[in-house]
Amino acid sequence: MSEIASIDAVEIAPEDRRRSPWRVLVSAAWRQHRTKIGLGITLLLVGTAVFGRLVAPYPPDQGVENQLPFAPPSSDALLGTDDLGRDVLSRFLYGGLSVLLLSGLATALGMVLGVSIGLVAAYSRGKLDDLLMRTMDVFLSLPQIVFALVLAATVGPKLWLLVLAVGFTTMPRVARVARGAAVEVVERDFVRAAEAIGIPRRRILLSELLPNVSSPLIVEATLRMSFNVAVVAGLSFLGFGLQPPAADWGLMINENQNGLTLQPWPVLLPVIAIALLTIGTSLVGDGLSRAAIGIERGRGGE
Amino acid sequence: MSPGRGLTGFIVRRLLLGLVTLWITSVVIFAATQALPGDAARSILGRSATPESLADLRARLGLDKSVLTQYWEWISGIFTGDLGTSLANSLPVTEVIGERLVYTFFLMLIAGAISIPLGIALGAISARRRDSAFDQATSVATLGLAALPEFVVAITLAVIFSTTVFHVLPSVIVTEPGSRPWDYPRELVLPVITLIIAVVPYTARIMRASTVEILESDFVEMARLKGLPERRVLWRHAVPNALAPTFQITALNLAYLAGGIVVVEAVFNYPGIGLLLVDSVRARDMPTVQAIALLIAALYVVLNLLADVATILVSPRLRTSLG
Repeated sequence: MSEIASIDAVEIAPEDRRRSPWRVLVSAAWRQHRTKIGLGITLLLVGTAVFGRLVAPYPPDQGVENQLPFAPPSSDALLGTDDLGRDVLSRFLYGGLSVLLLSGLATALGMVLGVSIGLVAAYSRGKLDDLLMRTMDVFLSLPQIVFALVLAATVGPKLWLLVLAVGFTTMPRVARVARGAAVEVVERDFVRAAEAIGIPRRRILLSELLPNVSSPLIVEATLRMSFNVAVVAGLSFLGFGLQPPAADWGLMINENQNGLTLQPWPVLLPVIAIALLTIGTSLVGDGLSRAAIGIERGRGGE
Repeated sequence: MSPGRGLTGFIVRRLLLGLVTLWITSVVIFAATQALPGDAARSILGRSATPESLADLRARLGLDKSVLTQYWEWISGIFTGDLGTSLANSLPVTEVIGERLVYTFFLMLIAGAISIPLGIALGAISARRRDSAFDQATSVATLGLAALPEFVVAITLAVIFSTTVFHVLPSVIVTEPGSRPWDYPRELVLPVITLIIAVVPYTARIMRASTVEILESDFVEMARLKGLPERRVLWRHAVPNALAPTFQITALNLAYLAGGIVVVEAVFNYPGIGLLLVDSVRARDMPTVQAIALLIAALYVVLNLLADVATILVSPRLRTSLG
């Protein structure tokens, strides 16, 4: 990804470089339209997923009275009913939280594992570095969905398993980025100084290395979140996420796909929501990444 | 890269690395499917299973032997072309997969043959007209499309072209036994377009980035100073050198596409190995799941190897340093 953004990096003014790296990153990202648009879209969808249930006209798992399955929009059910005669709008308003929580947890797990491994690899160098990164490369040979499916074949569709599988397959990608960013920081004087005065390894990793690689990691976290929303929604579309009668965007698409000609809304609403959520987060990620590379470039020019 | 050992030595080393990757992946797949704590036979048959049927299934899965023996039997079977017997229909796994593989390869081949040149052309033209309206539009479109999950694209296409808006293309494929994927040209259109939409954005973006970089380099400036027309500078001098990183990224994406193919095949009911994987996971058909997972890992290794070789062949500098 970095190669792609590097040529379109944001210019960073010299006076900006004295401020804290986080504020520089955020303000440089904020100056681009794509970040604002992306954040707006993301917040709209997160708001729908979290607070939508408060305004839902019906409970998610209850049929609408006097309505057949796949009924068209009417005054009773504003966007019609689904395959079991339940209110489409209500199920949509309830169904976003699971996608958001599962992909958020998986991304957090993948970030913690990946950053730990990447930092340890960069700091230890030598054989341990090689071993860790080669192991990470092996895990790249299975696509995220395939790995999750292999686990689901053994244990069945369990939510903890889904988070574990998606988090675990996020790890190698994050580890590469974390190691790449940390390798040059390890060589700097303040790390040598910390070693010299005998600060324990774990403290060096957490309080010397980690703060200095936070910008690329924030970028990576945003991009991983965007990918993981797609993976989690895809798995629940395939029937390996939440199980019926739960209201979940991926599952809604699965359940109502056969009724597309009669009633497109129970498929279209979650499809549009998932599309917007992935596009929104990836716009924010792209804005952040252009800003981070601009900062990197400014530092190199000093 | 040690000098003097040439292209063959390089390929042999990459091949060995690929085999090691594949071997470790096979251990991971095996560990995930067979060696997890808990009784696989019971989780397949459910709580109501009788002791006899449990014992029978354990014997068929080889669960009554030690884990090492199980792994050895599986991995040595692969080398003799014996991937075990499908639990779903009692046919040899190789037979079940072989028929489906033709469908998946045909789909990937068509999608790849269209999307790779298309992505390269889009990227090169965007780089040439950097910051023009065309470049801006391509940039926004590829960023958005790259973010979309494959099943979202697939269902949107089905809504537009086969169910709700127009009814011009079939949204599912109904095959007859013994038929081949090329017997269904109309049914192939939507799955192929979905995969093209999944691959083109990445190829176009990386191609644009590397072409922009090369267009700013000294040797392109030299070509311009020699008075070559800009069109020739782009396609003869810049593009061949920008292809190397593009091949690397495209190979990675084609390999990840295997994940997308699972979902796309499920949406269109396309009878390839992706749909077979989903069905086998539902049926808890372990031997088939293991075989398909290993096959997908092998695809990743082969595509990476091809990308490495293609990189050397297209970049003059590497070609001479290895030759």
